[in-house]
Amino acid sequence: MSGFTLPSITLLSQSILSGIFVGALYGLLGLGLSLSWGLLRLINLAHFAFAFLAAYLCYQMASLGMDPLLSLLVIVPLFFAIGAAVHWVMARFSITPFNSLLLTFGLTGIVEALIQSIWTADFRKLESAYGHMKFSVGPLYVPIPELITLLLAIAISFAVWAVLRHTDLGKALRAAAEDAPIAAAFGVNQKRNALLLAGTCSALASVAGVCLALSFTLAPSQIYAWIGVVFAAVMLGGLGRALAPLLAGVLIGVSEAVTMAVTAPSWAPLVSFTLLIGILLFRPGRVA
Amino acid sequence: MSRGQITRRGATAATLGMLGMGRLAWAQAQPIRIGSTLALTGPLSATAQIHKIVGEIYIEQANARGGWLGRKLEWVLKDDQSKPDLARTLYEQLVTADKVDLLMGPYATGAILSAMGVAQRYDKVLVHHTFGVPSLAKYERAFPAWSLGSEPQTTVPNTLFDALAAGPKPPKTIAVVTSKFPSIQFMSAGAREVAKKRGLNEVLFLEWDFGNRDFGPIANRVKDAKPDFVWVGAIGLDGNLLLDAMKKIDYVPPQHFYLYPAPAPLVTLPEAKNALSVTIFEEQPPFIDNPGAAEFVKLYRERATAAKLPDPSVEVQAGASYTAWQILAAGVAATKGLDDKAIASWLKANRVDTIQGKLHFTGTGNYGDDLMRIKQVQGGKWTVVWPKSHTAGGVALAAN
Repeated sequence: MSGFTLPSITLLSQSILSGIFVGALYGLLGLGLSLSWGLLRLINLAHFAFAFLAAYLCYQMASLGMDPLLSLLVIVPLFFAIGAAVHWVMARFSITPFNSLLLTFGLTGIVEALIQSIWTADFRKLESAYGHMKFSVGPLYVPIPELITLLLAIAISFAVWAVLRHTDLGKALRAAAEDAPIAAAFGVNQKRNALLLAGTCSALASVAGVCLALSFTLAPSQIYAWIGVVFAAVMLGGLGRALAPLLAGVLIGVSEAVTMAVTAPSWAPLVSFTLLIGILLFRPGRVA
Repeated sequence: MSRGQITRRGATAATLGMLGMGRLAWAQAQPIRIGSTLALTGPLSATAQIHKIVGEIYIEQANARGGWLGRKLEWVLKDDQSKPDLARTLYEQLVTADKVDLLMGPYATGAILSAMGVAQRYDKVLVHHTFGVPSLAKYERAFPAWSLGSEPQTTVPNTLFDALAAGPKPPKTIAVVTSKFPSIQFMSAGAREVAKKRGLNEVLFLEWDFGNRDFGPIANRVKDAKPDFVWVGAIGLDGNLLLDAMKKIDYVPPQHFYLYPAPAPLVTLPEAKNALSVTIFEEQPPFIDNPGAAEFVKLYRERATAAKLPDPSVEVQAGASYTAWQILAAGVAATKGLDDKAIASWLKANRVDTIQGKLHFTGTGNYGDDLMRIKQVQGGKWTVVWPKSHTAGGVALAAN
């Protein structure tokens, strides 16, 4: 029974649907990371810690009676400010990309300890009015929280894409990432734009965190469980792109879910990382 | 002032003085330092919090009663971050750098195995709470508080299947889905063998890596297989995550079992109704009638509530943890010293009174009898449902 089994159509369809939903979360988590890495040249591991901190804040506000989605009105500006502040510190000390990895890893540990001291290491589950709502399409079940995540991921990814593609700010950010001195010569205010982008990346992490709280049980140690697969999605999609993390996330999510539907779940990570290795081997230029 | 009054006051002053000096001597004596690690952070931290609270309670209780051998106890506790390799390093530190007098085991099989290696290298006694693979406990001075007998992979599933056979819906088909965490995988493999021997048809077998996040596809597979009974080789949060995923596809397992779940999060989940698990201690008769059990339950409830644990009840993890301290205390008290060799010899030759009952250490890996009972989530709390000798108030196993 442990080897390859032929799944029923219902099982396969439901698994693909689950894969799309979890892939959307990979994409949403990966979006800010990809922008930070690709446009600011900073590898922000604390992105995951910020997402979890936002998830816990959402949990806290929901337990006080606030609707989890309404909590975004508080959480998003807060994390924008935190992200901009962290970036200001990194810029002040001219942190290199490699050192940013170390610094933000340390910051992740601090945030984890902070979460644990406030909410303890025990698991927390956000309860909301629509937390357990779902509807069926034939034999398939569509859970509302996951659907919200998918819709938010699509909307935000397209919005970011539109800003990067069609606004002066987006063009300035891309130009600065391409050639900073030339962009500066054309009057691009890099410091201001970088702060704005860093704040946006953290705000995106906080949105992902709220989606995480809607669908998953929270524990401080789970911060690290997402790093590998989200990094895979970011690298698979290519750095600094708006739509790519979502597409890559969904590809990984569906691959994992189908793998789990036809064989042992323990094979699932192998599939996503094989996809990543394949891309790195055959299209190394994508990760730049 | 009469002479009698002077004499009485003098005697009182002398008594108080002596008491004060005794107290001073107790305070000035070198404390007995007991070293251990726990998974204070990492994937096992939710359950390890229970062991931390229990250890603190035991140390406080012991010190309030005058300590051990007239010396105060001090617990040197380090965080192994749920990493067995780090546990090994920290136990090495505890022995060589911290120079603790005695060792106490960490939480969970991997870390305990690491600590056991260090204890063996330095000939230290290691009492451990939750080591789940007796055949791997090769060190003769290691003593278990997790009373699952020498061959739990056979005896525990048999107890469970006996309970199910006597229940309202004896299963004919089984799905075994399990974590690959060492002590879990080994028990799940045993359950498959036992189920086969008892004529249950296995309709699904799946394994996942420790730390798996996405249980949606696993829930889909279980639903598709339509088993009468689901054995979930769960540790920590696995059970909660799987039940969440099942709810999303509108699936309720007819009968379901979780091996070593983080107890509080599972019992507080509405979907865990009628979930089964194993236990060696619950805060109900007859367990509560064992010496010291009622006082421990009261203190634990207070501390767990203050620590904001989702469920402040004493159950298997807390029970095993307290038992471990009782075993070490018995060895020290009986030998009137801290000599590891003497303590180990005494423990091997004698029975120890604990909140689980009288334990002996004469089987493989010093394991005694299999004291695992079957409990079930009924009315939002864990209740023992098998064997009948350990149930309270006519409770019986229920099915969904």
